[in-house]
Amino acid sequence: MVAALTRIFGVHNLALAEDVVQDAFCRALDVWSVRGIPDNPAAWLMTTAKNRALDVIRRDRTARTFAPEMGRLLETEWTIGSVVDEAFAAHAIRDEQLRMMFSCCHPRLPEESQVALILNILCGFGAAEIAGAFLAGGAAIEKRISRGKKVLARARRLFDLSDAEFTQRLSAVRRALYLLFNEGYHGASAESAVRAELCAEAMRLTALLREYPPAATPETDALASLMCLHAARLPARLDAAGDLHPLFEQDRSRWDAGLVAEGLTLLERSAAGPAVTASHVEAAIAAAHVSAPTTDETDWPLIVSLYDRLMTIAPSPVVELNRAIAVGERDGADRGIAALRAIHDRERLDRYPFYPAAMGELELRRGNPAAARALFTAALALARNPTERRFLEKRVRACGDEPSAPQVEKKSVRRAPARTSKR
Amino acid sequence: MSEFVFLFRATEAGRREALGTPERAQRSLQAWLAWIRDLEARGHLRHRGQPLEPTGKVVRGKNKVVTDGPYLEAKDLLLGFIVIEARDLAQAVELSAGCPIVEGGGSVEIRPVGTLAV
Repeated sequence: MVAALTRIFGVHNLALAEDVVQDAFCRALDVWSVRGIPDNPAAWLMTTAKNRALDVIRRDRTARTFAPEMGRLLETEWTIGSVVDEAFAAHAIRDEQLRMMFSCCHPRLPEESQVALILNILCGFGAAEIAGAFLAGGAAIEKRISRGKKVLARARRLFDLSDAEFTQRLSAVRRALYLLFNEGYHGASAESAVRAELCAEAMRLTALLREYPPAATPETDALASLMCLHAARLPARLDAAGDLHPLFEQDRSRWDAGLVAEGLTLLERSAAGPAVTASHVEAAIAAAHVSAPTTDETDWPLIVSLYDRLMTIAPSPVVELNRAIAVGERDGADRGIAALRAIHDRERLDRYPFYPAAMGELELRRGNPAAARALFTAALALARNPTERRFLEKRVRACGDEPSAPQVEKKSVRRAPARTSKR
Repeated sequence: MSEFVFLFRATEAGRREALGTPERAQRSLQAWLAWIRDLEARGHLRHRGQPLEPTGKVVRGKNKVVTDGPYLEAKDLLLGFIVIEARDLAQAVELSAGCPIVEGGGSVEIRPVGTLAV
């Protein structure tokens, strides 16, 4: 809705567009609390926002300038109604969202700001949620967003999809969608660790990108593939009680076979281009996971080599962390721990609970429950939501060291401690 | 280039025909939008103008008598105006041809903007 309104008001009036949407939501709450929720709440909101937009234009048309693309059609009652209607039509909203995605990726903005803006304007994320996805502070993100909006405001025009710098912006758009998906998948700051609807949102916007021919490149296919292959595992990742299950203990029969198939098809299609991008490699890693019937039968040497490749394309501490876990699977716990310790830029993971948790897993596996317990406890202190907290509490209990610790539930015993007992 | 005012006229029946139901109103407004957009794109739209409600009040005579009017029964009601720019009267006439009100049985009166010679 903000995208549609920005089309009418112009990017420089982004704040006004946001106010109108907020207003529509407030009005909805007022009316719905008295009269009950209407049959089609989305349409109701749309109509309310549209009427509110008309009010604003009529009130402000002499004082403000709106979108230059609208010409003078908003100045007169002859055309104002139809123009606003048009902007709110389903196909127009789809186009506006695309255009808005590209507008947010303004070259004068650093990449992090572009991504933050998309997450904020198109997906309605708050600064705290975006901060969680970036492993950054909320205040910093807030500043990033407001600065970004100022740059957009000066741009005046929404990005024209036929513009020359399209290709450059396309990669920024893809990156934003990737982060959006991750936010849903790892759910740093929300109540639930897996917010399937955010993943669905990222997949929807990616599908939108694939529907637009100039944006439907092999790399976009790779990104879509990656999302499908991860999303396929969602049903097994979070159980009915809202508990998190890591890859190792997931019931693989619950993976979504349709999404696996779609992901593999997309991965094949993504090989059409000459470039091997980070998305290609990540999709290949995900494909290696979903192709294995069990953890033991997973091709860990392949996965480690894919992570090595990824480190040359897009190095990051989180990639290195995942690589270290794969090394632990391939070469044993000692090597895994060494790889974890060797992570370059490790301080960027200081607030990331899965760094100590991964270390704890490996300590447990090599028969150091006391060390593991301390590490899981440290991870627990960093947990960002109840789901992560419950999961890490279970891991602490699995170390079974402290007399006061409650009984370890059978179903929570993972493969790692079982191995320790075999030794 | 000279300025011309387009005065749009129609009967009340014609107006009801065009705007009577939401669907018809939508279609009519779309047609207006297309036409005005086209005028603007070709650089002919000089002033946006406004549509007018069909009736209001009329003040008349030295005594400034106020009456209702014009009446809805009137043969044609002035329903709005825009100002366009055209090379000459002939081109202005040409531009008016696509106006939806004509399609709907109404009329466009094309009047060059005059000068008041002192």
